[in-house]
Amino acid sequence: MNAAARTASTAAGATVRSSLAGHGHSSVTAKLFLGYLLFSTVVGLAALVTLLVTILQDGLPYLDSVLLFNAPSANPERAGARPAIVASIMIAAVLMATALPVAIGTAVYLEEFAQRDRWWIRLVELNIQNLAAVPSIIFGILGLAFVVRGLNLGPVLLTGALILGLQMLPTIIIATREALRAVPDSVRQGGMALGATRWQVVWREVIPAAIPGVATGSILGLSRAIGETAPLLMVGAATFVSFNPGLLTQYTVLPILIYQWIKLPQEAFQGLAAAAIIVLLVILVSMNGFAIWLRNRYERRW
Amino acid sequence: MLKRKSLIAIMAIGATGALFAACGGSRGGDASTAAGGDTSLSGAIVIDGSSTVAPLATLAAESFQGQYPNVTVTVATSGTGGGFQKLCNGETDISNASRGIKDEEKAACDAKQITYSEVIVANDGIALVVNKENTWATCLTTAQLALMWAPDSTATTWKDIDPSFPAEPLKLYGPGTDSGTFDFFTKAINGEEGASRTDFSPSEDDNVTIQGVEGEKGGLGYFGLSYYEQNKDKLKLLQVDAGSGCVAPAAGTVQDGTYTPLSRPLYMYFSGVAAARPEVAAFASYVTDNAESLATEALFVPLSAEQLATAKGEAAGLAV
Repeated sequence: MNAAARTASTAAGATVRSSLAGHGHSSVTAKLFLGYLLFSTVVGLAALVTLLVTILQDGLPYLDSVLLFNAPSANPERAGARPAIVASIMIAAVLMATALPVAIGTAVYLEEFAQRDRWWIRLVELNIQNLAAVPSIIFGILGLAFVVRGLNLGPVLLTGALILGLQMLPTIIIATREALRAVPDSVRQGGMALGATRWQVVWREVIPAAIPGVATGSILGLSRAIGETAPLLMVGAATFVSFNPGLLTQYTVLPILIYQWIKLPQEAFQGLAAAAIIVLLVILVSMNGFAIWLRNRYERRW
Repeated sequence: MLKRKSLIAIMAIGATGALFAACGGSRGGDASTAAGGDTSLSGAIVIDGSSTVAPLATLAAESFQGQYPNVTVTVATSGTGGGFQKLCNGETDISNASRGIKDEEKAACDAKQITYSEVIVANDGIALVVNKENTWATCLTTAQLALMWAPDSTATTWKDIDPSFPAEPLKLYGPGTDSGTFDFFTKAINGEEGASRTDFSPSEDDNVTIQGVEGEKGGLGYFGLSYYEQNKDKLKLLQVDAGSGCVAPAAGTVQDGTYTPLSRPLYMYFSGVAAARPEVAAFASYVTDNAESLATEALFVPLSAEQLATAKGEAAGLAV
């Protein structure tokens, strides 16, 4: 969420709160509504807490150096997730290097330079909205046909990362556009009034001001991609890989390894799967934590 | 306020990190890096196919890599059908299969001029399990099973299967319709692949089936024998009567085929092009030489002497 919108919603929230507190006792409807709001919050929180507690209970006994540093194995005694952890982190890096610049570029162009009344700009915008709603498995099929077989790259880490990149493009484009839109027009007009060109205004004023929103949106998109399984299964990610993957080698990622382990008959693998979920959670929480830090670090209020 | 938020985030990350450190290595070390491996072979072997066979392939891949450290073996699980598609498209070297290759799959291979050899690697039995509290059923005939699972089945209680059974509601669990186990079971029991009643609870994860049957007094489910053997204390195993008496699935009855019709062989299909590479040929002979220990460790039923001879013949043919 961008700064302006957040300020607005905080203000609105405060209004609602004060009216609930002030007149709540006199109105049954208000009380009921307050009860409903509390209930909704508790439902979400309870589900989250239950999940976390179960996962921690099952996984902690298996969360050890073997899990972090060993290769997967059919023997739960020495099974680890190292190649999957490495691959997940590498995919995140490839995404940052490829999808991120393209997405941000698209968003800046559409928001700051494009002439909105042209039919083809409208077509692009419509497509981006639609792509954001396409199920991930469809991206997998697309990747299998055009990247794995079409470009003949084979089922390697790079293809997996490119597919996930394609999939997260719309999310990041939309988030970036929101962030750019939240920069007040007075900033642009002020810059222009001082004789700056459109390019100078965008590069020196608008983009720096939008960084918190862009960073948050990007990292949330990235986190989603890291947790993705379906498209990667489709493009042929392996389930057993015992070496650290390179860009052009076969690979497996954490969600696939978890899915695989859960299905095995030995009970120890269920514990290992829970432990691998904890590792995945730690990676995701770190990324989200970084997004929060970035936002707070660069946030400006208008 | 803002500072405090980021502080909490950092603390959360730190705490989880500390957990890693706290949980010392209680499990064994990495055994795959045996010293003094054979470095004469190198290359990458790509295996795909049935997820049922995957544990055996993984085990073979793991110990083979221990012996030949310069060879990498990867195992993927696209399913038996998906595996054949990739094998016949020249994308993989070896395809795991929980059934024999079908005619249309053969045609696809022929069209691309890809030859293959079928190597049998283990036997698997499909176990029928019921709830521990089920005192009435110990053995079902194939006719009763068909009554239970037929596409047009109207059986809703155990009484509908056999008048001597109580009127306990019948709750059926099984694998998802994409699974090779589902194909095999429907063919064996209902005579046609994929023909099954649809009002059962399907799951791609057999452990979900176990939980379902464990929690329902009238529950019945089926899956690979290894899942029963790992959960003996939670489930009751049924015997199957195909006309010559009740037989329980076990290593012996699955291996000699007396547990019929629910015993099946598991295969690896080696692509002819790939088998010309020395590392793939070496892998083939490794799999057949260690067939018994691989099958046992992967919780399958090992090959009979006759099956083993066939498999060794196929593997030897590859190396030429």
